[in-house]
Amino acid sequence: MADLSEYRFTESHEWVHVESGVATIGISDHAQSELGDVIFIELPAVGVVLKAGDKFGTIESVKAASDLYAPVGGTVTGVNDQLADAPERVNADPYGEGWMIRLNHVDNNAALLDEAGYRAIGGS
Amino acid sequence: MGRRTPLYDRHVAAGARMVDFAGYDMPLQYSGIRDEHVGVRERAGIFDVSHMGEVAVNGPGAPDFVQRLVTNDVGRLVPNQLLYSVMCNERGGIVDDVIVMRGNRDNHFIIVVNASTREKDVAWMHEHAGSDVEVTDISDEIALIAVQGPHAADILEPLARMDEGAPGLRELRPFFATGLSLAGVTDAERQRISRTGYTGEDGFEIYIDSERAGQVWDAIIEAGAAHGLLPAGLGARDTLRLEAGLRLYGQDMDDDTDPYSVGLGWTVKLDKGDFIGAAALRELGGTPPRRFVGLRLSPRTIARHGQTVLQDGREMGVVTSGTYGFTVGTAVATASVDPGFDRDGDVAVDIRGNVAAAEIVPLPFYKRPKGDG
Repeated sequence: MADLSEYRFTESHEWVHVESGVATIGISDHAQSELGDVIFIELPAVGVVLKAGDKFGTIESVKAASDLYAPVGGTVTGVNDQLADAPERVNADPYGEGWMIRLNHVDNNAALLDEAGYRAIGGS
Repeated sequence: MGRRTPLYDRHVAAGARMVDFAGYDMPLQYSGIRDEHVGVRERAGIFDVSHMGEVAVNGPGAPDFVQRLVTNDVGRLVPNQLLYSVMCNERGGIVDDVIVMRGNRDNHFIIVVNASTREKDVAWMHEHAGSDVEVTDISDEIALIAVQGPHAADILEPLARMDEGAPGLRELRPFFATGLSLAGVTDAERQRISRTGYTGEDGFEIYIDSERAGQVWDAIIEAGAAHGLLPAGLGARDTLRLEAGLRLYGQDMDDDTDPYSVGLGWTVKLDKGDFIGAAALRELGGTPPRRFVGLRLSPRTIARHGQTVLQDGREMGVVTSGTYGFTVGTAVATASVDPGFDRDGDVAVDIRGNVAAAEIVPLPFYKRPKGDG
């Protein structure tokens, strides 16, 4: 199990991990489990500027398509290109290899949940 | 909490994710839909489909009654033969799609119905049965286990002891059934195995006393381990059946859909004598209001039930089923379209506001290689 003490969560099941001013973003284990086998993930281009709460992509699983929302604002500096060929990484390792985008110039978002808070709403 | 099949505890113990389906708590997936789908295509999978309904029809009037009830010609069935058909209302709309199995004694049939329509179907049958026919819903007494995939026969053969004089399991022809003892479980009255399925693969479906189903399930799982057998859930069942071009009641058709409009005109035998809906279907036959087509999309755009199909920017139909076809390697869908559509024209699906290109292709999307099983 990943150490999630430094991760923060949205109620829509995205996570963010900020390290040295760079925010890495993905979806939670609970979210990948609910979605089932991920088929395709549409992600933004590097350079796109997002505000907290903006839609930054779409994730398609066998079961459903879901929009992805940025937990914090910032400029996209990195996109996980590996997911284009291996979207199943989101299922296998949602907090590691299944990361989706990186942002810098991050705006903080006080409404995010910590691990305990996320578990309290049924997440994991 | 929904209804449970006799195998519920085994699914939970195997780590299945359970979902509500037609009022039953059913396994959606165990190891994952992709894994299970590929496992069935390449090796074998075992499915609990005990939620399906079974209705016994007995009595001197049974042959005539079943012939009036369904559109296909059950008069040509020999004992232990099965037939896919639809059951229509007077307007020619589909009440359900069913499998009719002729029993091995006179005046006895089993009709296999969908779980979601079981109550409606049984009421419909009672309403049309005369005093010389006995209609009995035996769904709760019968469990149904499907073993599907190229290794299915290899797995089941060592467990099966066929009835006296019956051919071996491997020789059982498609859409035929036989009695047998399986994993030491014997029930001459009701236990049957048929060479049928809902995946597009070779395979078998086992009708067995609910109370003995667990024993048989365990024995098949154990015997299948060496052949790569996987338990598979409703998720893979849906991706497999859609690749194989098989229809799903409630999604591809309902009480207002006639069989011609959903590509099931081949199950309608207008020359077999009168049956419910025959007059309406005779009129519709030449000019059904809709056509049923296969759509192939890009691997990045899954079309879903209810989305609009466009031609030259105009609405020309609706997606009935859509998913990702793991074996064909792209998104596939079926659609109900206006018969005036241009088969060679450009087609697209409105996927949440994005117009996704699609290609009309013949069904099925997937056909298993010849000589396999």
